[in-house]
Amino acid sequence: MTPALQIDHVSHDFGAVQALKDVSLTVRRGEFTALLGVNGAGKTTLFSLITRLYNNRSGVIRVGGHDLRREPSQALARLGVVFQSRAMDADLTIRQNLLYHASLHGIPGRLARPRIDEVLAQVDLLDRADARVTALSGGQSRRAEIARALLHRPELLLLDEATVGLDVKSRAEVLALTRRLIAQDNVSALWATHIMDEIEPTDDLVILHRGAVLRHGLAADIAGSDGLTRAFLDLTGVTA
Amino acid sequence: MRRGGLTAFLGISRRETLRFVNQRGRFLAALVRPLVWLFIFAAGFRAVLGLSITPPYQTYVLYEVYVTPGLVAMIQLFNGMQSSLSMVYDRETGAMRTLLVSPFPRWFLLGSKLVAGVVVSIIQVYTFLAIAWFWGIEPPIWGYIAVIPALILSGLMLGAMGLFLSSAIRQLENFAGVMNFVIFPMFFASSALYPLWRMNESSPLLHDICAVNPFTHAVELIRFALYLQVNWTSLAVVLGCLAGFFGAAVFMYDPQKGLWARRKGGPA
Repeated sequence: MTPALQIDHVSHDFGAVQALKDVSLTVRRGEFTALLGVNGAGKTTLFSLITRLYNNRSGVIRVGGHDLRREPSQALARLGVVFQSRAMDADLTIRQNLLYHASLHGIPGRLARPRIDEVLAQVDLLDRADARVTALSGGQSRRAEIARALLHRPELLLLDEATVGLDVKSRAEVLALTRRLIAQDNVSALWATHIMDEIEPTDDLVILHRGAVLRHGLAADIAGSDGLTRAFLDLTGVTA
Repeated sequence: MRRGGLTAFLGISRRETLRFVNQRGRFLAALVRPLVWLFIFAAGFRAVLGLSITPPYQTYVLYEVYVTPGLVAMIQLFNGMQSSLSMVYDRETGAMRTLLVSPFPRWFLLGSKLVAGVVVSIIQVYTFLAIAWFWGIEPPIWGYIAVIPALILSGLMLGAMGLFLSSAIRQLENFAGVMNFVIFPMFFASSALYPLWRMNESSPLLHDICAVNPFTHAVELIRFALYLQVNWTSLAVVLGCLAGFFGAAVFMYDPQKGLWARRKGGPA
């Protein structure tokens, strides 16, 4: 089966600054892959390449088997994205935001409306559908963004530091929601984070540091007997 | 092209309209601005400035009548800049990313945004023209129909210019500068407020600058259309500038070629 996401030998630079160095990684179908790295490790640059905000000039990125450079429409249609920065129109309601998003994927209103109810129920926000985004809490607006990312039934969810700025309870909810979706809907997720607590021993783990992949494997294997934090610090040389 | 293009276009238009409706202050400002010019500035200038018969007018006209097409173009100029301002804002909030990860091609997404902005500007223009009619500015009745294609083209050109500028601007703060360096010079160095031959009397250089200013041609295209004539030179200039600005904007927003590719940070 073709993997949900395959990245082969991708490098990227901003002038003299090399943001990514020969990055390769795979997200298998129905799996939660954590992308762990400190701020500035290159996570957001990698996400910008996968979402085609920048073009990858070296290497290949495939989403569901579709080369992002050759078949951008096919690849982008299979992606659901939750960006690090808030990306909903604050003065519109959740439903209006979701309808707008559906139209950007070419889904007409009559098909979008029932689907919107469906995804809002999944993230437990159906009763808030007609609330303006300004009226939502941080955790609610994150969940609304996840609902939006799911709207067009993507194969791969990209979440870029989705829990940043949330309190402990909301953070746990958003993470649990994402894991539940993977189990139920057979979507895959690439979850970028710098918080080790969010990673389970059974997760697939990629450690990104200074633009390069240091390790890629099962979280439990990488953590070893000393725990993930120790292993991460040893690998990256970052002092706690 | 993917199926559902019409759905995407309507969705983008609906968002622009909803946002416009939600910001009633914006509509009011867009309407008050030209009315202040018409009611106060033009009334004062009427006594100072004598106008001879210039095409497309067949008789002597009052200054208010002369300045109306210029004010119509001003509405579109502000609207074009405002929609590009919203692009810069979208980029800062992340809403731009939502637009750009859509599977539709970029030129189509940008074009849809552009057309949606023009529709909003035309609503503003007709509201202004209706009020101006009560002020005694009464172009031929068919002129109101004939001006539609001119409004579409000039609106597209000015919107495309805004789109291009928005791609080149990093932050909202820089945008205030653009207002000063783009809107005011374009408006004053044009035929919106005074006919070009008048300009020639005071400064031939300024006259030449006005003559090549694309905004002058937007104004003249609208002025002639409102009086059921076509200014072919202006039509050609507006079409050329439209193609140029839109092409440049698509280039700038293209991940393969544009300036974003090598820019640290990019659209946050």
